[in-house]
Amino acid sequence: MSVAVQSPQKPFINIGLVKSHIIVGFVFLVVAMLAGILYSLQLNNLYPFVGIELLSPGRIRMVHTNGVAYGFILNVFLGALYWVVPRLTKRRILSDLLGWLIFWVYLFIVLWAVVGILTGHAQAVEWGETPNMFSPNGSILFPIDTLVMVGLILIAIQFLTPIFQFGSKQPMYVSLWYFSVAFIWVILTYAMGNYLPEFIPGAGGATFVGLYIHDLVGLLVTPLGWGMMYYFVPSLLKKPIWSHAVSLLGFWGLAFFYPLQGVHHFIYSTIPMFAQFGAVVSTVAIEVMVVTVFINFFMTLRGREIAPVTNIPIRWFYTGMIFYVVTCIQCAVHVQFWAQEFIHFTDWVVGHAHLIMFGTFGFWLIGITTDLWPRVLGKKNWWAPVLHESVFWMCTIGLASMFIGLTSAGLVEGFLWKGLAPWEVSLQSVKLIWLFRTATGLLMFAGVLLFIFNMIMTAISPEQEHVGAASPVASPAK
Amino acid sequence: MEKIVEKFQFIFLVAGVGFFVLAFFVSGIVTVNAVSDLPYTSLDEISQDVSPYFTALARQYPDQFEKYYPGGPTSENYREALNLGRNVYIGEACWHCHTQQVRPVANEDVRFGPVSTAAEQQNELMKPQLMGTRRVGPDLSRESGFRSNDWHVAHFFNPRAVSPVSVMPRYTWFYDGRVPNKKGLAIITYMQWLGSNVEQQ
Repeated sequence: MSVAVQSPQKPFINIGLVKSHIIVGFVFLVVAMLAGILYSLQLNNLYPFVGIELLSPGRIRMVHTNGVAYGFILNVFLGALYWVVPRLTKRRILSDLLGWLIFWVYLFIVLWAVVGILTGHAQAVEWGETPNMFSPNGSILFPIDTLVMVGLILIAIQFLTPIFQFGSKQPMYVSLWYFSVAFIWVILTYAMGNYLPEFIPGAGGATFVGLYIHDLVGLLVTPLGWGMMYYFVPSLLKKPIWSHAVSLLGFWGLAFFYPLQGVHHFIYSTIPMFAQFGAVVSTVAIEVMVVTVFINFFMTLRGREIAPVTNIPIRWFYTGMIFYVVTCIQCAVHVQFWAQEFIHFTDWVVGHAHLIMFGTFGFWLIGITTDLWPRVLGKKNWWAPVLHESVFWMCTIGLASMFIGLTSAGLVEGFLWKGLAPWEVSLQSVKLIWLFRTATGLLMFAGVLLFIFNMIMTAISPEQEHVGAASPVASPAK
Repeated sequence: MEKIVEKFQFIFLVAGVGFFVLAFFVSGIVTVNAVSDLPYTSLDEISQDVSPYFTALARQYPDQFEKYYPGGPTSENYREALNLGRNVYIGEACWHCHTQQVRPVANEDVRFGPVSTAAEQQNELMKPQLMGTRRVGPDLSRESGFRSNDWHVAHFFNPRAVSPVSVMPRYTWFYDGRVPNKKGLAIITYMQWLGSNVEQQ
């Protein structure tokens, strides 16, 4: 009904917000990866800061997981949302002022959460260790979870307003379906996971912790990620997505089955068995939906099979999708009770988590940044496009070998435990694999540092002529 | 009309709110309801029976104990030590590498002890729950009495001193010099409580 409101003073896209969120996201990625490498050194008994309370490995581990989720992934997604949502809704975001408020408040919250975790005020919710006042070891100084709730509501207001204005009167593009639900899901998920377990003991509380761990991936990161893919892939390939009907199937399948599976993180625990069976059934069901989305994207590639070779962002996206489908098929298998008997509590699960968080969402976000970074700087191309090849292969080889290493370590541990070998044997048996894991982590870290070096050089070096993998400027998807 | 499934209102209300609330009830509320009639034990009730290991700590480290828990091994001091011990366990993220659940599979009952039940976890020290999802070190839910106080004092100071291939970090800030401080006494008290509410075989 209405056309884009575009006053001459205010550009359609707030480039400053896109840029700032991406920069902060990558700064936190460096911090989080450094924390992960430090923690892996502890498993090799090579930890450099022995006896320093504030750098205790247990606390550093929480900086790693939370830093990746809230520091890196959400920040870069926010940057990309400031780029994508105005294009899809034909409207500016609600308010630039609100945008900058969210940016600075969010930065403060993440930093303050790191302080809270390092001073020992973490909450006993996996992936939600951000300090909570109501936690038994909480402090009034670190009401992080409450601040995050306020922040998430502000983010929802910021993006849902233009989506509502556009989408309540006409059908929306697929990306906006995912974005519409992601913001309300994360508010509900965060409130459920960070408050209820503090008041419900034992099995009941564990149910909500399981739902939280799962929903943070499934109901925030996954819908934002696929929403971005539905925008960036067609716009870079310059052709529409293969099937609209299959998009519908994928979206509604995810929306229905994903929230039902959280309990599968506690198979064979004291949670009632009916809940465990239900979670396993819906986990297998969603993998069918995942395959439909996968087919949709790979059929879109038909006729452009060369694109992942020539176009670097497309290569990151499709590699991420392959890792995604590997993770999901793996999930449908190892969620089974017979598999849980062996692989629960082992390094197998750690490998699985790295594959999805770095292999899929990390790759997609690096791909998005590869596409957006020169544009938000107003440059034609990267400082050294050829470096992308090295970054890609360092990250891919590093991640794939880490996944294979941790998966095999998990099998070794699982069978030794069931075989009643002394506990020490299970540690000694995976010693070399743990050393190898640190090496693969260092390879991925070096790749990311190289990418950031390229980002910095692109920003500071004067414009010059380049040849190579220049990606043309994308038009809005519709 | 057929395009309603692609409009904001429908997607937001059905997928965003509806499906989440449905799952919240099916997975969450129904499950909580299933265990809600199990008796709940508060920390006050737990601390009524002062553990002999707490009393032993008072004998073994009289100066440190008097300094941090004046009045000897009373119920109030036991309550304080259990609560602090659990808080240290959370804050140091012990629960990332140690579980507190014995599953009925993979010979875990042979290795660790009786299989965990929902009833034994209905107490204030399992609020928030600390079942855990990863085992770098062994399960701790049957730890009470498995090791001596002395072993724990040596182990937290330097795990490699008593368990040469351990990858556990050193927790030197649980000590004043070489004797346990308030946190050290508390975490050992908590370790010696874990599983003491369960009938041992």
